[in-house]
This record gives sequence, structure tokens and C-alpha cells, in this order.
Amino acid sequence: MTATIAAPAAAVHRVPVSRGYRFELVKLLSQWRVRLLILASWVVPAVFVAAVSQQSSLPSDTVFGRWMNATGWSGSLVILTFAGTWALPLLVSVVAGDVFAAEDRLGTWRHLLVAIRSPRRIFLAKSLSSLTVILLMVAGLACSSAIAGVLVVGNRSLVGLDGHLLAPGDAAGKVLLAWVCALAPTLALAAIGLLGSVTLGRSPMGLLLPAVVALAMQVAQMLPLPVAVRLALPGYGFIAWRGLFTGPMQLGPLLVSIVVSLLWAVVATGLAYWLFLRRDFTSATYDGSGRRMLTAGVLPLAALLALTIGGLAVAASPARGSGIDQGKLERSLATVYGHLYVVQTEQLHRPAVTEAQLRSSASCDKGGGLEENTGAGNGWRCVVSWHLPGVDAVGQAIYQLDVTPDGRYVADGDGPTQVNGYFVVHTPTGDAPNPLWQLDGNVDLLTATKG
Amino acid sequence: MNTSLAVRARDITKCFGDVVALDGIDLDVAPGRIHGLVGPNGAGKTTLLGLMLGLAVADSGTLEILDRPVGRALAAPDGVAGFVDGPGLYPSLTARRNLAALAALRGRDARTAGIDEVLDQVGLTDVADDRVRGFSLGMRQRLGLAAALLTMPRLLVLDEPTNGLDPASKKHVHRVLTRLASGGTAVVISSHRMDDIEALCSEVSILNTGRVVFSGPVDKLSAESGELDYRLVTTDAGTARELALDISGLRLVDEPAAGHRATGEALVVRAAVEALDELVARLVNAGVAVRELSLVISPLEAAFLALTEQQKDNG
Repeated sequence: MTATIAAPAAAVHRVPVSRGYRFELVKLLSQWRVRLLILASWVVPAVFVAAVSQQSSLPSDTVFGRWMNATGWSGSLVILTFAGTWALPLLVSVVAGDVFAAEDRLGTWRHLLVAIRSPRRIFLAKSLSSLTVILLMVAGLACSSAIAGVLVVGNRSLVGLDGHLLAPGDAAGKVLLAWVCALAPTLALAAIGLLGSVTLGRSPMGLLLPAVVALAMQVAQMLPLPVAVRLALPGYGFIAWRGLFTGPMQLGPLLVSIVVSLLWAVVATGLAYWLFLRRDFTSATYDGSGRRMLTAGVLPLAALLALTIGGLAVAASPARGSGIDQGKLERSLATVYGHLYVVQTEQLHRPAVTEAQLRSSASCDKGGGLEENTGAGNGWRCVVSWHLPGVDAVGQAIYQLDVTPDGRYVADGDGPTQVNGYFVVHTPTGDAPNPLWQLDGNVDLLTATKG
Repeated sequence: MNTSLAVRARDITKCFGDVVALDGIDLDVAPGRIHGLVGPNGAGKTTLLGLMLGLAVADSGTLEILDRPVGRALAAPDGVAGFVDGPGLYPSLTARRNLAALAALRGRDARTAGIDEVLDQVGLTDVADDRVRGFSLGMRQRLGLAAALLTMPRLLVLDEPTNGLDPASKKHVHRVLTRLASGGTAVVISSHRMDDIEALCSEVSILNTGRVVFSGPVDKLSAESGELDYRLVTTDAGTARELALDISGLRLVDEPAAGHRATGEALVVRAAVEALDELVARLVNAGVAVRELSLVISPLEAAFLALTEQQKDNG
């Protein structure tokens, strides 16, 4: 090598973000755990969907779980539910929660700063590269579960959360849309990961932060909190996509959750950026600062949460309560029942009826008249009534409802057994339980109660 | 502005909170020179090197690197390379991939960036495709040097580059640095190893508590050091001892007490150069042959020790 001094003094040359981005991607993809997680996110969902769809006992506690051997599209939605609970917070933790801290661990900040010469570009390159890897993982979860479902079970109609049948094409579009909607809370968690990684340095808390925050938000969703609090937490985004599978779609909570998640993503990334640019790189390693995390990380996000709660409570009056009441449940259950009665009639080869002819209605009560008829709980009991063409008598069936605070419910048939008891029906896709035996439904937490 | 200097620092001051890391530092490094920085721990060597790399900016004073004033952090001009506090390497990448990633950052094609050449220069060709995770400290140091060489620097800044190197590797590194300097690159290195500094550097600056206490050619240090300890082996130790006692300005040193290896035939004398010359002349006149005459510790080491002792005394 011959270095000469003939050249004139060189100007300060900044490395373009694209090169920094490539460098960060190379570093991320050279880590075996990142490679393994990408591989897992492309393989495990497919294996799970393929295996579980062949079983007779299905994960019916999970939304769409009971339809896993009826259509290939439900498997992807079951994976989406699991991903929102477990996989995405963990994947995001490992990638975004470590992308800054890794340099602290390796003591390479100074090297990187001398090479790139701009903390701003380093931040952009690191954020974009971790986002790319996270998107690759989400794409893996979505594609592998959907492809396995369609190949193993088939591209068939999906029963929505109001009992109506979504044509295969419609189901495919909505499954894709549901995954896209789940990106918003994933981005929020990723931003929290970046914030933790920037502020906590080598401390393991930085790595765990997104997972811990996601867990805390899941616990919050299980508590009987007002709707405003529920929707103001970005974790609701992992639930709100269910609204896509009702008719009409429950777009209010979904849009609010997406906006909230994106707000969290922007604010947390902004805070991480602000903190990163002010960081002192004179020491080779950094073990994080709890105080800084509190003042520049936790407090602004808490303020954002408080503002969102306040805004929602003022803007939408139903958001002040639980969002679950007698009227909403009655309408929802009657609709689900009507749609699935038509399905059952077809499966039992009875004379065809339509939802309009059935005129199904429901009458619900919580706690046998001892409790107020609002809120979540398993004390809801509903009587569904319907009419058959040419029959004077009104049909009636009883359901016990288990309503969770997030608006989802499972209605368990409580007689008469010929209508909603457990029996096997023969369907074109094989034997299946009576569709009226257990019903899944979802109420819109944000709509106002009518009558 | 003096256009012939790679580093021109004037009255540089840098504080970290209440701690004054650099206190009015002046430093000139010309192209093609290897300049050594020595000083006890906490003297400010790494801080000064960090300023040259552009990792931080001085609180006051002016710093010109490759003829460009450096007024803010991360604004060191192209042509500066090196590392402080150990080379920054990614253990999950191979040696070659580490260098290729760095070359790509600079917008150069990995195939034409000269990766093989620099790996060869630092003697890491055989392990080029091994992950850095398994590298020894010495191998990491050499790879860090290769990474710096890849950018064809005009100013190379290295913090303790020979830490953890075996003698053969050290020689390798010395050769690389000397060749680089002969090509016109200015090299600034810090080291605790006085033998390294003496073997490599044409100039040296001694730092103590953030100040430059000596700066200039290594030879000049020997003139300034005054009395030094010499080890003397003759054919007749008894006569030599008697002759030595007669010379004013020359003292015999109690060897074990001075921390030197004691042998029956050797004397250790403390003297200025003139007194030593007289002793040698008298030995020759008396028919006593001089078999060995060497410095017990180098002028640089003596100056360094004097400084650290002074620091202890002050403390």
C-alpha cells in the first residue's frame, strides 16, 4: 500500500444513509439469533398451521381457532393472535431492543462514529435496518401461516365474527389487511425497543423493554378498564383487527388503535433520536441511565397516554365506560345467530332460509337480574328468538356468554340441544361440530348504545 | 497557517465535568513522522487522540488536522484513521467481512478495496475468513490496524497498537507503520511500552496530568535527562569499581535496591555522559577491557519514571 500526501486536503465526507443501512443490515444478519428468528418466523407458523389444522381438537379459545380445519385463512389469524401476544414483542425485543445496545456491548461506538461521522445517519441506518428485519419477520409469520393454511386446508370461505361467510377472496384480502393493521402496534413496540436500546445501553432491561411493555399492556387489556384507557394503549392494535371480520366492519376502534400506535411509534422514535444525539460517546461503554430513561422516556410517553385517554374520553362518550352493554350484545348475538342458522340449515339439508326471514333477535341479562346489564363477565345469559317461514311458533334458544373486556365473547349453546347442543354435522369439508353450538362474536366498544 | 503539518494543536483544553483532561496542549506532527505519546494513566493521551479522530471537540484552543481546522465533533477530515480504546470490530463477522463492510461504507467495491493487501501487511491472510470472535487481542489489534490502512490514511492515530502482540507480530506492526510513514503518512501512537516508542518514533511527547512536559526528538530527551544508569561489564570488576569511585559525578548504584538484576561481574553506575566517557578512558588506560556498556533503562523510560515518581511525591 502506498499512501501519499500529494492529494489536497480532503473535505469531510459523510457516508450516505444507504451505505450505513447496508452495513447495519450486514451486522444484524450476521448474528445467529437474528438469522434463527427469521428462519423460525418463516417456518414455525407453517408447521403449526399444517399440524393443528389436521387435529380434531382445535384452539377454539383463540379467535378463529375453531375454524382452522374449515378454511386455510383462519390459521393465519390464529397465528396473528399468538404473534400479537408472544412472538412479535419477543422478536421486536431481540432486534430493535438490541440494535444500539449491541455497539455498547462490543465497545464499537467510536469505531462506528469515526467511520460514519454522523450520529443522525447512524440512528437512521440502525432504525431502518431493524425495521427491515422486523418487517421480514412479520412477513414470514403472515405468509408462511397463510400459505400453509391454503395448501393444507384450502382456499375456502371464512366465518366472520358476526357469523357471515366471507368469500375466499374477501377472506384473503382481510387476512392481509389484518396483518398490515398489526404492523402499527409492532412499530410502536419497535420504537419502544429503540428507546430502551438507546437509553439503557448494555443493561439487559433495554433488551427486554418491548416484551415487558407488551406484557403490561396485555395485562391491562384483561382488566375492566374504561374503553378510553384500553384504546389509548398501543397494545390494543393487536386486538383491533378483529373488527375487520364483522359486517359492518368495526372501523372506529381499529382506526383509533392504528393512530394511537403510530403516535407512540413516532413519539418513542423521536425521543430515542433526541437522546441519541445528546449522548456522550467519550466513554467506550455505556450502562444506561435509569434517570434519563424516566425523565426523557417514561414521562413523555405517560403524558402521551394521559392526553390520548383524555382526548378519547371527551370525543366519544362510550369510551368512558366499559363499551359493553346489553343492547350491543343482543344485536351482535342475534346477527351471529341469524348468519349461522342459515349455515346450519344448509349443512342439515333443510329447506333454505334467509337471515331476513329469520328476523332473529336476542334478549340478554347479566347475573340473573342481580347485576347491572353492562360490562364484561361470564354471567351473561341470552335468549335468542327467530321465526321460520310458514311456522307461527317463535323458536327460542339459550346461550351463556363469556364476554371479555376487549369486546370479544364466546356464546355457549345451552339448549335446546337439537338447536345449539353439541352434535356433529357433515359438511363438504368433513365432519364439524354444530355451527350453533359455540358462537364467536365481537362488539364494537366505541359505538353508542341504541335502545 | 503552516501547511506542512498533519496535526497542529495550540493551547488545547478539554474538561470532563470537574476533571481537566487536557490543559493547554501544544502539539505539532509533520507528515511522514511517527510521533509517540507517553505518560502515566490518566495523563490525557486517549483524550488527545480522540480529539484528533474527531470523537470529541476541545473546550478551547485550536486544532488543525491535515490543514483543516476542526471545530466540532465528528468533523475530522477524510484521511484520518485509527482507533482509541481498542479497535472496533464485529465478532460475528469474519476478518475479511469486517474490512469489506468498512470499505463499503466508504463507497468502495470490496473486490478492489485492497483488503487482501492490508490483511497481508498485518499478517492475517491465513485467518482472513475466520470470525473475529475467536481472535486473540493481538490479532484484533492487527485487524484494527488493517482497517485503518484500508482507508489510506494521511494521519493515522493509534491508541496502544502493540498491546497484546507477541514479538513477531510487534515487528510486523512496526514494519507496517514505518513503511506507512516513509510514504508520507503522519502517525501518532500512544503506548506504555517505551521500547516500542523508542524503536518507532522519531519524536515523542510526554504528557502528565493533561500537560505536555516534553516534546521533541527522542535523542534530545537523552541530553535533557542528565544522569542515567548504565550497566558495565568489564574483565576486572574490582578495578573497575575502584576507578569508578574516583570519578566525580559518577556513583555506583546498589543494584538490588535499584531494582536491577545483580550479577557478580556487572556494575551499575549512575552518571552523566561526560563522567561515563572519563570512566571508559580510565578503564582502557588501566588495561581493563569493556565487554558491555548499556543503558539500564532508556532515557524515555527514565523520564517517564521520573514523572510518575514526581506525581507520587506530589500526591
